[in-house]
Amino acid sequence: MSITIKYFAVLRERFGRAGDSVPFEPGMTVLDVWKRALPDQGLPENLMMAVNMEYTRKDAKVQDGDEVAFFPAVTGG
Amino acid sequence: MKIEIREQPFDPYREIARYQHETLPAGQYGATASFVGTMRDYNDGQPVHGMTLEYYPGMTEKNIDQICVQASTRWSLIDYLVIHRAGQISINDAIVVIAVWAAHRGDALDACKFILEDLKSKAPFWKKEIRDEGEAWVEGNTSGYAKSEE
Repeated sequence: MSITIKYFAVLRERFGRAGDSVPFEPGMTVLDVWKRALPDQGLPENLMMAVNMEYTRKDAKVQDGDEVAFFPAVTGG
Repeated sequence: MKIEIREQPFDPYREIARYQHETLPAGQYGATASFVGTMRDYNDGQPVHGMTLEYYPGMTEKNIDQICVQASTRWSLIDYLVIHRAGQISINDAIVVIAVWAAHRGDALDACKFILEDLKSKAPFWKKEIRDEGEAWVEGNTSGYAKSEE
């Protein structure tokens, strides 16, 4: 029963790791996942987030086994 | 339809020509619109010596595919090709090539611009530039017009 977390770009560097794993709890949102993994870190402005590789919002519910990703504004092209 | 993230440098014009020759039905397309993004040696008035392009394997390809499918529903397209670099990028390397084939120019041109602009604002890529003072993450895209940067 866990949520896999991925961090990219400046977040990965700031936290010194590419991801985390936190235990799943019923009713958990994306924001709850962030708080559980990074209790000392506020949610940065303009943060983008995805669940199972689809963009989502911080109040979206997660399911057991989901992959949650956090990253800054994208700059491709 | 082809979408690819590539770690190695490529010749965008050769990729377009090869794909067209090998995949497109002769006689069907009347318009080919393309965009090539190339690595500059400056940004925001500062010298840039190269960059690293990070992406989210799996989501990046999926997101570009969704953008292209959306373009296909809005315009009448025959085929499209998107190749985007990742990894270590040198000055003058092609960063992205987008090519769209359609029967008519309006569909090809509009869809090509739509795919490019959506890719720039949604596809998970992150640029880290090598500047005089060291490496730094790029925090946002330009407007796309030199006049608005002045």
